[in-house]
Amino acid sequence: MKGILKVAFKLLVNDRGKFVALLVGITFAVFLIVQLTSVFAGILTKASATIINIGAPVWVMDPAVNNPLNSIQVPDYLLDRVRSIDGVNYAVPLYSGVALVKLQDGFYQPCTILGLDDSSLVGRPKLIEGNIEDIFAENGFIVVKDSEFHKLENPTLGTTFEINDHRAVVIGIAEVTSSTLFGIPTLYTTFSRAIQYIPSPRFTIAYILVEPKSGKDIPRIKEEVAKAGYLALTDQEFQQRVSNYYKYQTGVGTNILIMTMTSFLVGLSICGQTFYTFVLENLSKFGALKAIGAKSYELIAMILFQTLFTGLTGYGLGVGFSSLLIALAKRRISSYAADITFYNLGLAFVLVLIISAISSFIAVRKVIKVEPFDIFRG
Amino acid sequence: MKAIDLVKWFGPEEIRTYAVREVSFEAYYGEMLYITGPSGSGKTTLLSMISGILRPNSGTVVVEGKEIWKMTPNELADFRLNTVGFVFQDYNLFPKLTTVENVALPLILKRQNWDEAIRQALEVLDIVGIRNRAELSPSKLSGGEQQRVALARAIVGRPDLLIFDEPTASLDGPTGKKIIGFIRENLLNEHRCILIVTHDARIFEFADRNLKMEDGRIVEIVSGGVS
Repeated sequence: MKGILKVAFKLLVNDRGKFVALLVGITFAVFLIVQLTSVFAGILTKASATIINIGAPVWVMDPAVNNPLNSIQVPDYLLDRVRSIDGVNYAVPLYSGVALVKLQDGFYQPCTILGLDDSSLVGRPKLIEGNIEDIFAENGFIVVKDSEFHKLENPTLGTTFEINDHRAVVIGIAEVTSSTLFGIPTLYTTFSRAIQYIPSPRFTIAYILVEPKSGKDIPRIKEEVAKAGYLALTDQEFQQRVSNYYKYQTGVGTNILIMTMTSFLVGLSICGQTFYTFVLENLSKFGALKAIGAKSYELIAMILFQTLFTGLTGYGLGVGFSSLLIALAKRRISSYAADITFYNLGLAFVLVLIISAISSFIAVRKVIKVEPFDIFRG
Repeated sequence: MKAIDLVKWFGPEEIRTYAVREVSFEAYYGEMLYITGPSGSGKTTLLSMISGILRPNSGTVVVEGKEIWKMTPNELADFRLNTVGFVFQDYNLFPKLTTVENVALPLILKRQNWDEAIRQALEVLDIVGIRNRAELSPSKLSGGEQQRVALARAIVGRPDLLIFDEPTASLDGPTGKKIIGFIRENLLNEHRCILIVTHDARIFEFADRNLKMEDGRIVEIVSGGVS
C-alpha cells in the first residue's frame, strides 16, 4: 500500500497548479476559522477576566447578572445568610464598579474599581511592586499592569489620582491573568474605601465570594442561596454564563458562527471544486488503473490520502499563518483579544476533516463509478 | 483461453442492442491472434469480456482452466493484474508521473517495493528501447514512444495474456509496423498469447490467426496474415 500512496502523492504534488489551489483553499479557510474563533475566545476570556483574576470558587450574585462588570448589588443581610450556610468555610463581599479617575494632567479616565474584603483581601492580585499591607494605608490603591495600564499614564508607586474628589495613591502595581474586555484600567482597593470613594446605591455588595469547606458542599450552598432568591455559581459556571451571554444574547456569537461557516464553505467550495476537477482530469487514468488490476479500495485509499494530505498540510499552514498574525498583532496592540485555544484548533481540524471528507466523497463516487470498459471504448 | 458462447447486449429490453452474439473461440500460448472487423462489430466488447473487464450476459471465459466470470471482483482484479497486460488505444499514461513510474505501476499494485519496481521498469524500458526517456513525463514523448511506454507497462508484470486495443490507431504506417514487428519478435513466446483488436490492414501480415467479426458474430477465422 505504501507504493500506491506514493503514487497518489506524486500525482497530487506534481500537478502543481491544482495542488497550490487546493492548499490555498484549505489554508485560507483554516486561517479564517482559527482567526475568528480565536478572537471570539479572546473576547470570552476578557469578558470573564474578573472571575479569573479574583479566583473565588463560588460566586453569589443577583440572578439577573450575566456579565461580571455589570453587577447588580445584593443586600448586606445576604452576606450573613450565606455565612450561616452549613458547608461554607468563609464568605466575603466584593465591590465592583466603574469610576472616573482624574489623572495628574487633568484628563479623566474610566476605571474598573474592585473593592476587596478589608479583613481578608480575598481575591487580591499578585503584586509586582509594593507591599500588600500598604493597601490599608490612607488612600491606598493597587493598579493592574495590563494592556490598559498606559491609559493611567504609566503610574509608579506614589502616583496620585483623584476619584470623586478623593485622593488616591498608588501603593502597589499588580499583574493579573487576564485583562478586561472593555479596554479600561483596573484598580484594587479595600471594600470600605471603594464604597467611600464611589457613590453607591442602597446596597453595596456586588458579589459574595464563597469558599466551601469541600466540593460536596457546593450543591447545598447553591440550594440555600436559591431559597433566598439569589444565585450561586462556581467560577466555571459563571464563566460559562458569561460565555453564553456573549454567544446567544449579544449577536457576537451568531456573527462569529456565520463568518466561521462562511469560511468553511469557501474552503469547501474551493477544495471540492478543485479536487473534483483533478479527479475528472485523471478519470480515464483511474479507469486504466482499474483495468490493470487496481482494486476499488486501493483507489479510494489513494483519493483519501490525497485529500487528507492536502487537508493536513493546509491545516498546518493555516494555523501557522493565523498564529503568526495573532502574535504580531499582540506585539503591536497589547489589548488585542485573540486566544488560540485547543478548542479553536480542534474545531478547525474537524472542519478540515469535513472538507477533506466531502471532497473525497465527491471524487470517490466518480472514481468508483468509472468502468474500465469505458476506457476501452475511449 | 476459451471463450464459450459469449453474449453481451446493452440497453433496456425494448431497445436492446446486441454487441456480441454467441461467440466461441480458443486462443493458445505462442499465438498472435487478431480480432478484426468494422466499427461496431463487437471487437472491443469481446476483448473486454475476455480480459475480465466486462461481464457477459451469458457464456463464459476460461483461462488456464479457471472460469474468470465465477471470480469475485477482487479475484478478477488480481486476475487482470497477474495474468493480463493491457495496451489501451489512448495509452492512458499518467502525465504527472515519470515514464519509468508509469511503467512500474502494475508492480506497485502487486505490492512490490518501490525501488525494486523502478529497477524492473527500467529493465523493461531498456527492452522497448526508450530507457533514455525514463525520467521524462510521457507528455514529452512522441506517439511512438508513448506506445512503447504503454507496451512496457503491459509487459512489466510478465502477463500470460497481452491485449492491445487498436495499437496502431495513432501511429503512422511505418511506425505501426515497426511496433507490431517488435511485439511479434520480442514479446511473443510459448508462455504468452497476444490478442490484438485492430482494423488496420497494414499490420494484418503479423497475425497467426484473424477472427473477423461482423454484427457481433465471428464470420470467419483465417490462419496467417490476411488482407
